[in-house]
Amino acid sequence: MDQRLILPILLPFIAGIVLLLTNGMARQRRLSITAVAALLPLAAALLAMTGDGYHAYVLGNWPAPFGIVLVLDRLSALMLGLTALVALPALLYAVAAGTDAQGRYFHPLFQFQLMGLNGAFLTGDLFNLFVFFEILLIASYSLLLHGGGRERIRAGLHYVILNLVGSALFLIAIGTLYGMTGALNLADLAVRIAAAPAADAGLLRTGALLLLVVFGLKAAMLPLYFWLPAAYTCTSAPVAALFALLTKVGVYSIIRVFSLAFGPTAGVAANVAMPWLLPLALATLLAGGFGVLASWDSRRLIAYSVIVSIGTLLAGIGLGSTSGLSAALVYLVHTTLITAGMFLLADLIAMQRGHSDSRPSSPVAQPLILGTLFFVGAVAMAGMPPLSGFLGKVLLLRAAEETVALPWIWSVVLGSSLLIMVAWGRMGSSLFWNTLDTPVTGIPVHARLLLPAVALLAAGPLLMVLARPLTHFAAETAQQIFAPAAYIETVLANRSLVPATGTSP
Amino acid sequence: MELLIVGVIGLLTACGVYLLLRARSFTVVLGLALLSYAVNLFLLAMGRLAMHRPPILEPGRWDYSDPVPQALVLTAIVIGFGMTAFLTVLALRARKDLGSDQVDGSRTHP
Repeated sequence: MDQRLILPILLPFIAGIVLLLTNGMARQRRLSITAVAALLPLAAALLAMTGDGYHAYVLGNWPAPFGIVLVLDRLSALMLGLTALVALPALLYAVAAGTDAQGRYFHPLFQFQLMGLNGAFLTGDLFNLFVFFEILLIASYSLLLHGGGRERIRAGLHYVILNLVGSALFLIAIGTLYGMTGALNLADLAVRIAAAPAADAGLLRTGALLLLVVFGLKAAMLPLYFWLPAAYTCTSAPVAALFALLTKVGVYSIIRVFSLAFGPTAGVAANVAMPWLLPLALATLLAGGFGVLASWDSRRLIAYSVIVSIGTLLAGIGLGSTSGLSAALVYLVHTTLITAGMFLLADLIAMQRGHSDSRPSSPVAQPLILGTLFFVGAVAMAGMPPLSGFLGKVLLLRAAEETVALPWIWSVVLGSSLLIMVAWGRMGSSLFWNTLDTPVTGIPVHARLLLPAVALLAAGPLLMVLARPLTHFAAETAQQIFAPAAYIETVLANRSLVPATGTSP
Repeated sequence: MELLIVGVIGLLTACGVYLLLRARSFTVVLGLALLSYAVNLFLLAMGRLAMHRPPILEPGRWDYSDPVPQALVLTAIVIGFGMTAFLTVLALRARKDLGSDQVDGSRTHP
């Protein structure tokens, strides 16, 4: 048992409460930045802990299948690290751009959002996952609307209603699974589903596929992505950068739940999501590709690129192999960081041009630095060598080599890459070259605004330099996920620890 | 009792979905509220329907009812209540800012 596991949840929680009681923007900013910056070493420490397998923390020392358990493995540590890596630049940008001063409670909401994210990545309990989903969602509703405005209200209304329906479906799925198995703990659920009689197959599969719908809605999978472009286009840039993580929560939940409880060993409900994942992923890729091509607004372009990246991720997961999953994980790190960076960069460019769409305007004030950053981001987004998107895509194509889906995956992934390349090339030319003959009106941005975007976009070359350790880590993570027996053992082993001493480490 | 509960859940869900698909924000809020009632009843029923049984384990007593769904429902009610309040305020705000209570914010539809 390891108490450190709860720190990534407690830290933002306490910081959020203290921030609610703190007066004065300067003090709030200091406190908020300190709390978010502290998540980085914390995530690094947890990541270092995962070398020797799983760690579980049993809340309140209630025995495992009855109490709530937090579980740390490589996947959750990776997601915690990504959350901290995206949150800090987003927050610094929000402070530098003054986004946080456009309305009240930006900083507490930001902390509660992080609490929900970290909790969702750590929990080992299905209902607890729902609760953390709700925490991160209600914070995201308010962050999305932060600053107000017609477009935000309209997109926000759609986003909130869709997610509330998603929550209702999530509860129905949880209720069905609980009614059939009597378990909410994911490890316990896995054991009971594997032992379920054939008569229960129908309802178990119904519950599982309902969960896929819910996670698909969060991840913006094909028939459920229509909320995303409007929401991500309308909200403020740092919030959009943080939202690059929200879709990944859906992807994470799909990996976690469908490998653990509905994996190959799940008896009557074995691999229940697999026949759906790959076709839906490829359809998402295609739809996102066309959306990218039809985008005339730089922020909408990034939003559709998010959908393409979700399609790529789900395709890797849908292959159902360790190589496919490890390719998806490599791509996950890349796409989260680059997307967040591009949202910030697009905002900087829009600030200097006066608007974010591709109509001609006065030229940007700093064409060299912004243009270079845009070029780096676009190359990484399109998955061209030598930057990071290339690595994940090559690994995905390699992973598909021995499967029957090879022609589909190769043609759709490469085709959508081409669409992205065309769209980003066109957007870059219009943003930087299709200018009016007016003098420069924008003012050069301060380094404080530029640095967060640079830091995130540096992932493009940096992940390529670190390709070897990254792919190695992703492969180990995928192997760990495909061997859920150790997870179940770690979680349920706490059962015997409890009554004797109560202080066991 | 099973038939009654099933019927009520079904009716609430049907009404909820119907109202949810309407174009005006007020009916959508009502629809979501009805849907969450249906979900709460469904969750409660998942602990099996039984009467006059305490949700407490006592030595020598085997006719207890499952306390977990009741705890789940309580959590779901609290969350649903908060969300409904938030959505109501948001719908009012949208009515004010967009000048229309249509969910997509357009004025053209009567």
